This record gives sequence, structure tokens and C-alpha cells, in this order.
Amino acid sequence: MDTTFTPEERVFRDEVRTWIKRYWTEELANRIADKSTFKEAQTELQKLLNDQGWMAPGWPEEYGGTGWSVTRRYIYNTEMARAGVLGPADPMVFGVSMVGPVIYTYGNEEQKKRFLPKILTSDEWWCQGYSEPGSGSDLASLKTKAELEGDHYVVNGAKIWTTYAHYADWIFCLVRTDSSGRKQEGISFLLIDMKTPGIKVNPIIGIDGRHTLNETEFNNVRVPKENLIGEQDKGWTYAKSLLTHERLYVANVSQSKRSLAELKKLAEREWAGGQPLAADPYFQQRISDIEIDLMALEFTELRVLSAAAAGKEPGAESSVLKLRGSEIAKALQDIKMDVAGYYAGIDDADNNANHSFANKTRIDFMYGRASSVYGGTNEIQKNIIAKAVLGF
Amino acid sequence: MDFSFSEEQSMLKDSVTRFVQDNYDFESRRTLAASDAGFSTEHWQTFAELGWLSIPFSEGFGGFGGGVVDSMVVMEELGKGLVLEPYLATVLLFGGLLQKSGNQVVQDAYIGSIIEGSLQGAFAFVERDSRFVLNAVRTRAEKSDGSYWINGEKTVVINGASADKIVVSARTSGNTHDEGGISLFVIDSKEAGVKISSYRMMDGQVVANISLDQVSVSTDHMLGEEGEALEVMQEVINDAMIAVSAEALGAMEKALQITVDYTKIREQFGVAIGSFQVLQHRMVDMFTAVQETRSLLYRAACSLEAGSDEAIKDLYALKVKVGRAGKLVGEEAMQLHGGMGMTDELDVGHYAKRLRMINTLFGDADFCQQRFAQLSYR
Repeated sequence: MDTTFTPEERVFRDEVRTWIKRYWTEELANRIADKSTFKEAQTELQKLLNDQGWMAPGWPEEYGGTGWSVTRRYIYNTEMARAGVLGPADPMVFGVSMVGPVIYTYGNEEQKKRFLPKILTSDEWWCQGYSEPGSGSDLASLKTKAELEGDHYVVNGAKIWTTYAHYADWIFCLVRTDSSGRKQEGISFLLIDMKTPGIKVNPIIGIDGRHTLNETEFNNVRVPKENLIGEQDKGWTYAKSLLTHERLYVANVSQSKRSLAELKKLAEREWAGGQPLAADPYFQQRISDIEIDLMALEFTELRVLSAAAAGKEPGAESSVLKLRGSEIAKALQDIKMDVAGYYAGIDDADNNANHSFANKTRIDFMYGRASSVYGGTNEIQKNIIAKAVLGF
Repeated sequence: MDFSFSEEQSMLKDSVTRFVQDNYDFESRRTLAASDAGFSTEHWQTFAELGWLSIPFSEGFGGFGGGVVDSMVVMEELGKGLVLEPYLATVLLFGGLLQKSGNQVVQDAYIGSIIEGSLQGAFAFVERDSRFVLNAVRTRAEKSDGSYWINGEKTVVINGASADKIVVSARTSGNTHDEGGISLFVIDSKEAGVKISSYRMMDGQVVANISLDQVSVSTDHMLGEEGEALEVMQEVINDAMIAVSAEALGAMEKALQITVDYTKIREQFGVAIGSFQVLQHRMVDMFTAVQETRSLLYRAACSLEAGSDEAIKDLYALKVKVGRAGKLVGEEAMQLHGGMGMTDELDVGHYAKRLRMINTLFGDADFCQQRFAQLSYR
């Protein structure tokens, strides 16, 4: 048993840190945070990553991946998240982590050539069309219909929670091509150009006050049949295999460690009753509750990593990563709101009354509520663990 | 980065697992717990033959030269069977103190006997109002006529009734709460002035209060330097905290397994109660708590073994989790068994009792969380 990295792995970590120091400037971070320059600046960052060959570390080398060991990927993700370069709300996950692996695993040669390079260069942004107004946790009940007419599928229906659809060039969709059998059968995986006539993107303003979510309508949208991935009616299998792909990176340990460190700093700065909040034993207890849980989560992730690095299947412990990762992230956001006190209520991004952290704290808290909902609610996660691990 | 056990550790684990499976069905345990000693001397000989009693001792004394990870491996498996033999008291506490003390007279005299299974030991470190503070010591030792003379009282001494030799902490100088001035002495349980009153704890252990009235100890039976014992006491307790946390982990895993199995066969309203989502989610919470405990156990064991700066903080984090997760798993296990969970004849309540005792041992979750916060906010 040991928890150290090899000398080569440490050299690699320094290489990542050097890159971050050089390219992750405050100026770039600020432009990404500003909604008027977001897309342009985010694309700039992604192009820098791609120039380094780091845009899609997990892809096979033949498609532009790195060929890194799981440990290197872990180090890379940890360092990038620690610095705030990568985060759970990255627009690039839709292309790199979601549709990319489906295309290189189940797509044909034409599709690989057509789509993968532009994901790497960020010349095409992607969004995800899974959930529907009537299909949330019960995703397989989806109704958006695609009917083959000659060389085209004609798509009708609506997708919801389509994050960044207003920036996206393409959307990957689960659509119903057959409703005669079990609901998981008869679903197909379709790639749709967002410029196709009949697509309408309606903004959904979130409780964080921002526009990241949308509802995307499809009215007689004609999609060339060569945009079907794999076989018709087999889309559910493709989508499901994707869910097990990225099990190791769902706990957001680095983000939460960053969040904890910020929280401690803020608690030193905010005063109550003649002393910093951080000096209050009750406050210390609240934080240490979460800090201990986070220390456990970090090692649960490392246990999963250690097994994966040894070429073993992920053990039962991997199932708690998303569940606890989201609970811990939310708990930290909650305490930060309390630290911000009255100022946490400030709902005015442009004039935040000299409390720079309060506005961001509120946005992070409100947006952060989603982490126990997206990708399968925590209640669904518990159902999965009960079935897959406890054998119910 | 590697959390797998070495080949030796895997073999050790298998041999303890096999022993527990073959010897520790719940009925056999009940019989043992009800016996005078509260454990089996026959089993203890088996431990000796299998080499388990030699684990923490260095090779020079005929030991295995093992570290905290090795005793962790043993204790997790012992925890699954609620094993009663005093491995913690004799080998890890008493033996650990001898091993770390550097007192060769005492080491030569006793370590061999521990390893061959012929000597039982104990460590008397709790007093009536010390709670979890190791340096709260009222018992005094005074030097005169070439001996030390000890007066005072120790409470809840684990294995105190069966121990042949007992390490006692006593103050050679200073006031009750001073960190300096504490010394350790090895006394014989039959020495004049030693009075041992034994009683049973809810988890089946036999423990003792030990009163010391002008007990004489020769100077060569003092462990380490006079007045400097706190550090070695803390080191041995730190290692023991890993061990009992591993034991708690084993007990939690077993309590969860028993509960999952029970809810799959117990029927109400015409179906197995395990089919109810409300119960499934509670068992998932138990499972999660078990996973978190294992993660913090590996974290603390690795950092203690590597001598990391974070080791003590990691250790307190572990003990907080062991206390809280142990309560959760123990109480949920009883609740999910319904009325049967309330009975003495079913094993599940006995796991809950042992888990509660481990929460208290060496500092409960609240105490450890205060210590943790002091390290986290200094």
C-alpha cells in the first residue's frame, strides 16, 4: 500500500503546472467569466489545449488522444481542476467526453473523419439532447420521434435542459424510431446540425439568474440518414455504454478542495462578534464535518484509480463517487452562502455593493443545486447502487 | 499509487478470515463471552501458532516486523466475527509499548512470551476523570530506596482481569494535567498492593479497575525516560486507533451484510421488505458510510506509515468517521431488523454494541473532531 506517485508521474505533474502558469491567465479567465466574451474566450482556451495535444486526453491516440495511463489522466484532471481551468460545467464535455467516444466507438469511418477533428479544434461546439419535458429520470420514456422518409429522418418533438444549445453547432439526440416494443428498444442515436430549418432554441433562465439552459424544439427537422450512429433502434445501448466511460472523474474532488480552501479564507475575512467566523468552534465543526467527508471522497477516488491503474474493473466503491461528490459540493456552497451573510442575497451582478464574492457565491450555490439532479438524480443513483451493489 | 495488499498481507488476511469462519459462529461466541475469562485460551494458542502474536515486534525479538497496515489487515477480519481474544490489549497496546520503549530488560523478559502466547498484558491509561486525555494522570510514582512506589487508581483496563503484566501510566512529577512528568511502569498483576476488580462491558469484554496501594516497581521496569512517557503513549495509541478503526470497519461490513440478507428474506405485506425503496436507500447510506470509513482508514494508515505531516489530522478524521458511521450502521442495522433487532439472541445488536464501544475507545467522534479542528484551523 502506498499513496505516492512515481518520479515520472511527478515530472508530468510539473509539466501540467507549467502549462497552466503560462496559459491560464487572469485575463483569459475573466473573459470566460464574462458572458459577452464567453464563447470566443472559451474557444481560445480550448484551442490552446488542442495545440498542446491535451484537448481529449481520454481518446485513443489514433483519433487525437494522448495514450496516457489512468494515473496521468488523474493527475491532469486534478491539476486542471485545481487551477480552475476545467470544471464540471465545461462546454467541452459534450463534444469531448460525451459524443466523441460514441462516434469513435460506434460511428463509421466517414463520421469519425467528419466530426472528431472539429471537436478537437473546437470549430464545432456540441450540446446534448437526451431529457424531454416529459422524460427526466425515466429517460427511456422519451417521445421525440424520427421517421425515415427517403434519405432523411424527419424529427419532431422537444428536448429540455439542453445546456449551451444557444452556442452549439451540433446536437446529439436520442430519438424514438420505433414504439412497438420495450421502451428501451426503438431508440436511435442521431447527430443533428443546429442550423437545420425547424429547430428553435428557447432560453430557460436558471435560478442562478443566468442563461445556460434551453428547451430545443424540433418541427419537421430533416436529418440526413448518414447522421445516424450505428444501427437504427440501438441508440439506448450506445448512450448507456457512455455513462460507464467516465466513472473516475465524476466526484469533482479538486473543485471541492478549491471550494473548501476559499471558504476557509472567507471565514478568516468575515467578522462576527469581534472575531473572525473561522474562530467560532461551531463554525469550525460545520466545516470540519464536510472537510472529513471530502478527505474520504478523495481516497475513495484514489481507490478507484488504483484499481483502474492495475487494469481491474471498477469496484463497488466507484458507485458512491457521484452521489457523495454532489452532496459535498452542495454542502460547501451552502456554508459559503452562510458566510456571505446578508450579502449572499445580492442579486445584481454589475453593482455588487463592494462584496465581490457574494454574487459569485450566490450563483455557484444556485447553479450548484443541479449537481444532484443532472446525470441521474441522487435518488436514481441510490436505486442503481441498491440494485447493482446490494443485489436488490 | 497502489492500495493492493502485498502477497504476505493477503495470506495473513485469508488465514484470519478462515479462523473466524471456522471458529466464530455467533453461538460459539456467546458461549465464550459468557465464560469467566471472556475469551478462549485455546484460540489464543492458535493465534500464536499462526504467527499473529508476533506481528508488531521487530525481527530481533523473533517478531514479524510488521507495521500498522499488517495489524489493520488482521483487525478488520477479527471485527467481522466480533472476536473476543485480547489481541488489542496484549499485542498492540502492551506489546506496542514494550516494542517502542527501548527498554531492553523488559523487552527481553516479555516479548518472547507474548509471541509464544504464554503472557497476557494490558495498558492502564484511563482514570476516573481523565476521559480521553492521556496526560490527565493523578496516579503517582515516587522513587525511594532504589524502587518506584505507585499509588492511585486506573479504570476500565481492557484485559485487566487476565493480564499477567500491566503497563501503568503514573506521574513522577508535575500536576494532574501537565504533559511532562508522566512515566510508564510494568507491574506484575500479583504484586503486593495491586487490587483488581473485574467487570463486563456490553460488548462482552472483561475489563478491570485497578487500585494501586504502595506498589513497588524496580527501576529497570520503567519504560523509557522518567517523565517523558506521553509521546510514546500517544504513538502506541495512534497505531491502536488504526487497528480499532479496522475492527470497526469489519464489524460495519458484517452488520450491513446481515441486514441486506435479512431484508431479502423477511416478508411483510406479501413481499420481501428489501423490495421497498425506502429501506434500500437506507442500506445504500449504510454502504456509503462503510466505503467512506475504508477510504479514511487507508488514508490514515498510509500517512502514518509514511510519517506524513498530515498523519495526525488524517487519524482524527478517521476516528470521527468511525464513530459516526459506526453509530449509523449499527442503529440502522437494528432498525431494519424490526423487533428482532431488539433481541439478545440475534447477532445484529451485538455488532451495534461493539461499534459504540469503539466510538468511545481512545476518544469519541466529538473529541476527535475538536482535535481535528484545532489542526485544521491553527
